Amino acid sequence: MAVITVERKPLTFLERTYLPQIAGGLKTTFKHLIAPKKTLEYPEQRPAIPVGYRGVPTLVKDPNGREKCVSCQLCEFVCPPKAIRITAGEIPADQADRAHVEKGPQAFDIDMLRCIYCGLCQEVCPEEAIFLQNQFSMSGYTRAEMVNHKDRLYELGGTLPDAHHKWDKKKAAEEHGNAH
Amino acid sequence: MIAPAQPDLVTVNIDGQEIAVPKGTNVIEAARLVNVDVPHYCYHPKLSVVGNCRMCLIEMGMPAVDPATKAPIMDPATGKQKINWIPRPQIGCGTNVSPGLHVKTTSPMVKDAREGVMEFLLINHPLDCPICDQAGECKLQEQATGYGRGYSRFVEQKNVKPKRTQLGPRVTLDDERCILCSRCIRFSKEIAKDDVLGFVDRGSYSTLTCYPGKKLENNYSLNTVDICPVGALTSTDFRFKMRVWFLKQTNAIDTESSVGANTVVWSREGTIYRITPRRNDEVNDTWLADSARVLYKAVKAADRLAATETTEALVARAAARFQSAPGANAGVGSGRSTVEEQFLTRHLATALKASAQLVSRVGQGDKLLVSADRNPNVRGALVTGLIKTLPAPQLTDLAAQIDAGKIKVVVAINEDLTAAGLTAAQLANVSIVYLGAHANATSAAAKVVFPTLTVFEKSGTFVNQQFRIQKTLKAVPAAAGATDDLVVLAQLVAAAGGAALPADIAALWKVIATEVPALATMTFANLPETGLVLDATPFAALPFVEGETLHYKPAQPAVAAATA
Amino acid sequence: MFDFYFEIPLVIRLILQGLAVIMVIFPIAGACSMAERKVAAWIQDRPGPNRAVVPWVAWIPFFGKFLQRLGVFHVMADGGKMLFKEDSLPGHVNKFYFVLAPIVAMIPALTTVVAVPFGAYFDGAGKLIPLGLAPFDIGMLAVFAVSSLGVYSAILAGWASNSKYPFLGSVRASAQLISYELSMTLAVLPVFLWVNAPGTEGTMGFARVVEFQSQSGFLGGMWFGFLMPISAFIFLVALFAETNRQPFDTVESESDLVGSFHTEYGAFKWGLFFVAEYSHMIVGSGVFMLLFGGGWNPLPWVSLATAVDFLGTFLPFAHAPLFVGILSIAIFMGKVLAMIFFFMWVRWTLPRFRYDQVMKIGWQKLLPLSIANLLFYAIAIALIQK
Ligand code: SF4
Ligand code: SF4
Ligand code: SF4
Ligand code: FES
Repeated sequence: MAVITVERKPLTFLERTYLPQIAGGLKTTFKHLIAPKKTLEYPEQRPAIPVGYRGVPTLVKDPNGREKCVSCQLCEFVCPPKAIRITAGEIPADQADRAHVEKGPQAFDIDMLRCIYCGLCQEVCPEEAIFLQNQFSMSGYTRAEMVNHKDRLYELGGTLPDAHHKWDKKKAAEEHGNAH
Repeated sequence: MIAPAQPDLVTVNIDGQEIAVPKGTNVIEAARLVNVDVPHYCYHPKLSVVGNCRMCLIEMGMPAVDPATKAPIMDPATGKQKINWIPRPQIGCGTNVSPGLHVKTTSPMVKDAREGVMEFLLINHPLDCPICDQAGECKLQEQATGYGRGYSRFVEQKNVKPKRTQLGPRVTLDDERCILCSRCIRFSKEIAKDDVLGFVDRGSYSTLTCYPGKKLENNYSLNTVDICPVGALTSTDFRFKMRVWFLKQTNAIDTESSVGANTVVWSREGTIYRITPRRNDEVNDTWLADSARVLYKAVKAADRLAATETTEALVARAAARFQSAPGANAGVGSGRSTVEEQFLTRHLATALKASAQLVSRVGQGDKLLVSADRNPNVRGALVTGLIKTLPAPQLTDLAAQIDAGKIKVVVAINEDLTAAGLTAAQLANVSIVYLGAHANATSAAAKVVFPTLTVFEKSGTFVNQQFRIQKTLKAVPAAAGATDDLVVLAQLVAAAGGAALPADIAALWKVIATEVPALATMTFANLPETGLVLDATPFAALPFVEGETLHYKPAQPAVAAATA
Repeated sequence: MFDFYFEIPLVIRLILQGLAVIMVIFPIAGACSMAERKVAAWIQDRPGPNRAVVPWVAWIPFFGKFLQRLGVFHVMADGGKMLFKEDSLPGHVNKFYFVLAPIVAMIPALTTVVAVPFGAYFDGAGKLIPLGLAPFDIGMLAVFAVSSLGVYSAILAGWASNSKYPFLGSVRASAQLISYELSMTLAVLPVFLWVNAPGTEGTMGFARVVEFQSQSGFLGGMWFGFLMPISAFIFLVALFAETNRQPFDTVESESDLVGSFHTEYGAFKWGLFFVAEYSHMIVGSGVFMLLFGGGWNPLPWVSLATAVDFLGTFLPFAHAPLFVGILSIAIFMGKVLAMIFFFMWVRWTLPRFRYDQVMKIGWQKLLPLSIANLLFYAIAIALIQK
């Protein structure tokens, strides 16, 4: 291991009085005193949220307004602090536009007191149904208020453009005559 | 070198490892013995072989011999006998071992074959594991990780088949997921002996259905769900309730009858979601009755008892009852209690100088996994010495003694006395101390009620009809307000003036081993998973009610089963 | 026109004046606390406290907003909070001395004000009359005597708190205050040697010192800060140490002593320590300005008299005693506030000295320097005034 000997120059007399350094410091702070302020005044001014920001996890719908989540519970499984609770349910056959989906969440709760905004749920979701979007401030007066239920999650999530069209493909196949 | 070691053993070579296996073993089972996995779908060890999925393809060959002289042909390169490899792959499930058989399961040809089969299987299989209930325990998923392509070359439109066919009251079929392995069909035909399933149409149009006018509704229908390698057959009860990877598995015993089928209880956070069979080739093979799979509902039943007092206070009240009528106590134990509880019950009866009886419960045996004796542990009571003779369905003796005023206090454990023939007036004439998990007429009439646990909330052992002692383990924590039966019984024994006995199961087994000769060499911890058969000769003369079941034949002709 | 005032008995007059001074010092101390936060914020590129506002002020179109941004209402909010917070008394303290300590802190802080003249006016004869509560001759001595009592509050608080950090802090405080008092005293001696020229009546009052800085001529109009820079420097450094200001903040030093002697204090009692500290700062700044900064003279070589004469050329009332008094007070207060700003500026610039460094600077650097400085000026003054 190379040893680098750093030579310490003895301080000059002036340096030992501290005075030039103090003057220099005062100069620096004075510059800042008159410099424009850098603070973002939060409630009135909002930060620009960059793309890929990990805000509150939300559920999204596909462009046809259909629920994308199929309650596979992979997000529940992967969530490190166990913030997600899902009650799966069956989608009845008479829901024409989702007949092939079979399964969807009956209840979907995310406890925002537990969530650590890690984004693993978004990463793991095979249906691209859960997204951490730009909502960054969550507050409430009770613990119960801090649990986002399914309705709220969809309200926060809205609709995202969807690259998945498998349900539509299924429908097309059915119409094409592949049904038995 | 290739000569069989024993007449009924044949030596085969699998991936270079030599192993002697019994004659008649197929290549999949032989390979399993050398820890080589041959992927398969349609083959099931307990069903006939059909060989229709083609997943188990292997490469095989036989040692070369000169056709004329029958002399082995040696390979000059290796100095060993030459192997004549068959140029086409063969199915492992349908190939039985023969002396000198050589098998390759890792060759490029085998890999190619498996990948090809996988690709064909996935052509029409929906690629939506997130929805499928089988995900996590799906054979197709497992093999896809090894032999799947990772993307689909099938640009055409997939088949669309019925998604929610109700095959019967408990089974829902998703036809799109079916890979046409026919396991379910063979099970219905061969094991359940209820031939209701079959394929219709051909090629990719083949669809599994019930025969017209029939339903898959026998008491073994859910076994088709277990053996279905994919998510085609699903249990209507469990369907979309919980993903399997959340579930904790606990080994347990089916308590619905004296067969004692081995089970796995699947639970998450104190809630049981399903019960499936656990393979035990001497008891239940890989099967389980549907009726055994709903027993878990007792855990969260609405009529569960919950204590409003501490166990100590209840014990004090019970002890006061005992002392109020010395010599006039009676005990009614249960054939549904564990061996440990019956052992403590015997001690309680001894301490109270009371008689102890059981109530028999008899139904129709189905010759499979539900026997006529619906008490899982009558033999446990015999082994521990709680009873000497077989129980009767009615407590006529006890009723007579109550009417005669000889009995003032009855300790009833897990048994509804009205169901056993006592009248409400007779119950009113005695003080009842009741131990049980659920409310019934007896608990309502009881002076002291100890809420105790269901079998899923406690560990213990049961002795089945073969005198096989098997253990069941605690799957979920005790319900609020309920106390372990062992704790209650041990405290009652102490309060009745008996010996101080441990309520901890490991410690209790030390006592049991010293007092019960038949169990002298055992501990709870080292009881094997498949159970241990006890010596039945001391009880050979007793007229047990069971008829034949899957792995049990009565020693003597069964006495006519009493009506349930 | 204020003759009626002088007809009021002296005692009542003094009480009124005293109250007036307290009424000034207290808000200034409060304002200082806000200014401190604002200066800190500005130096750190932040806007600082700017949220609190009183409703009806908020309605004033532009000015209300300005006041809010300036954070002035935070002073009220803070003061109100301090007053109405639960004034708890920890169970383990020595109750009597615990309560006494903040009072002891306030007394010298307010008393020293008495000796400090804060303005002047010319009487009919053109004689300069200094404005002050008690313009006695012993000015500097009184300030030294009384302000050094402040250390007792720290000692009392630390000891009565009956816990480790306060105790350590109070030990530090006593050592530090005593150490720097020496250099401070030695540093001002040349000033008084100079103003007490042989043959004049001896005085320790500040009025004479200011008078000396308002003479004519190059040397006469020169402020003592220029005439005796070393003295001024030593006094300034010692002043920082005496007022426990950064970089000599070892007494409070939150990072190693939690809060030192006032760790156990809260609410109003803590507030008193706070006000006392700022009062010290105000008085210290005033003394510095009187001794080395020309007092109420607007500029070096421009005395108050010159300025008034100049203003008299276009302001008819320039020579009125009232106007001169207000002008001089304004000039003096302006200088004091500038000095206070300097205190804060330094605070948000320099890190804290380590305690051993504080001691070393005090005893091994400042004290020899101040002795040498005293000897030099003693000889120089002796030669000049011979
Ligand atoms: S959000 Fe995604 S990962 Fe979570 S249950 Fe729904 S589909 Fe599965
Ligand atoms: S962001 Fe992370 S912590 Fe929050 S719900 Fe998703 S997986 Fe859980
Ligand atoms: S339903 Fe399952 S078990 Fe039956 S044939 Fe299809 S894949 Fe095989
Ligand atoms: S397992 Fe051999 S063909 Fe299916």
